[in-house]
Amino acid sequence: MITYQFEYHRPKTLAEAEKLFTPEAKFLAGGQTLIPTMKMRLANPTALIDISGLKELSFIRAGSDTVVIGAGTTHFDVANSTDVRRAIPALAFTAEEIGDPAVRYMGTLGGSLANNDPAADYPAAALGLGATIKTTRRSIAADDFFTGMFSTALHDGEIITEVLFPIAERAGYAKFPNPASRYAMAGVFVAKTKHGVRVAVTGAAPCVFRVPQMEAALTKNFSPDAIANITVPADDMNSDIHGSAEYRAHLVTVMAKRAVAAA
Amino acid sequence: MTAVSLTVNGKPVSADVENRTLLVYFLREHLRLTGTHIGCDTSQCGSCVVHVNGRAVKSCSMFTVQAQGADVMTIEGLAKDGKLHPVQEAFRENHGLQCGFCTPGMIMTAVDMIRRKPILDRKTIREELEGNICRCTGYHNIVSAIEDAAKKMGAA
Repeated sequence: MITYQFEYHRPKTLAEAEKLFTPEAKFLAGGQTLIPTMKMRLANPTALIDISGLKELSFIRAGSDTVVIGAGTTHFDVANSTDVRRAIPALAFTAEEIGDPAVRYMGTLGGSLANNDPAADYPAAALGLGATIKTTRRSIAADDFFTGMFSTALHDGEIITEVLFPIAERAGYAKFPNPASRYAMAGVFVAKTKHGVRVAVTGAAPCVFRVPQMEAALTKNFSPDAIANITVPADDMNSDIHGSAEYRAHLVTVMAKRAVAAA
Repeated sequence: MTAVSLTVNGKPVSADVENRTLLVYFLREHLRLTGTHIGCDTSQCGSCVVHVNGRAVKSCSMFTVQAQGADVMTIEGLAKDGKLHPVQEAFRENHGLQCGFCTPGMIMTAVDMIRRKPILDRKTIREELEGNICRCTGYHNIVSAIEDAAKKMGAA
């Protein structure tokens, strides 16, 4: 349980944090994935740049069309925000579904998105709502952000600063947690937005993905029955000791129906 | 080595620590506060839960240097003037433990839970205990103890 040695920096501003970055360093936000990974010695950053204390990254601003959440905002604060609960209840629910209470006190929105764990909850919400991810350098649409397993469009040293979530007419999230790890075996976020219906799936495949067939069906008829006979190809699903690819493909449809029912 | 200063159970503490010293090791090995336990290597078991600035977090999943300036409370800080905290008392009365290894984390989690949700039903207690594993599987009496403590603290 002892990590490798590393240097520790606690910058006072984002600009300072960016300057401290080297390709072998890691930004430390909530640390609830990074630190356990370092403990297993599966990660060996030469330096940690602790951005968890940056107040400028921790805020929630609800407007008429969007909810803007600072990247350093914890899952606990999102789950318990009256603004988020009123504007996008499914987003508050998603935050509440992450990990356990101790993890939710520490873990952050930006940390979760930047890590892009294939079974994390937030990527489904970001892709499902069509969020925009703002960084120290640019804005990235969620559709372009998640590029593969544990990989994103972020460049080395680029820091997520805030995420703009469009307020949906209706939205819902349903996940089937792994009974041991509680990570999603399949989690589906469904949103009916001004720009159409979006369906995003996490946990089932190597990376969060959308299901255009379900989106088309739900655009015509936003009800669980409309997607009851639509399945995703098992070829693309994860297969492991916890469940076969066919099982996960089946779960996606079940969870999608539940998410629509919850929306 | 990095110099850190924090408050632990109401007392100021300063030390030079390796950056990689997890908070739980600092508490156990530097301060000899061995009530906080280490039950796993994977950050899942919750037996190391302490309060950092009033929030129940896993002391195995943060480094001591991150606790610079923080107010930390461990299981040793709960009892006041030789009198058990109501949650500790409820665990004793309800036999909310078997081997007792997970108990410090269970109690620190329960104190935080009751502060946030003074009115608790058994289902909520079980959901809130998601991050605390009892390997004896003695959850029934743990849930009863927390339910009892919440009622008594609400009435007080």
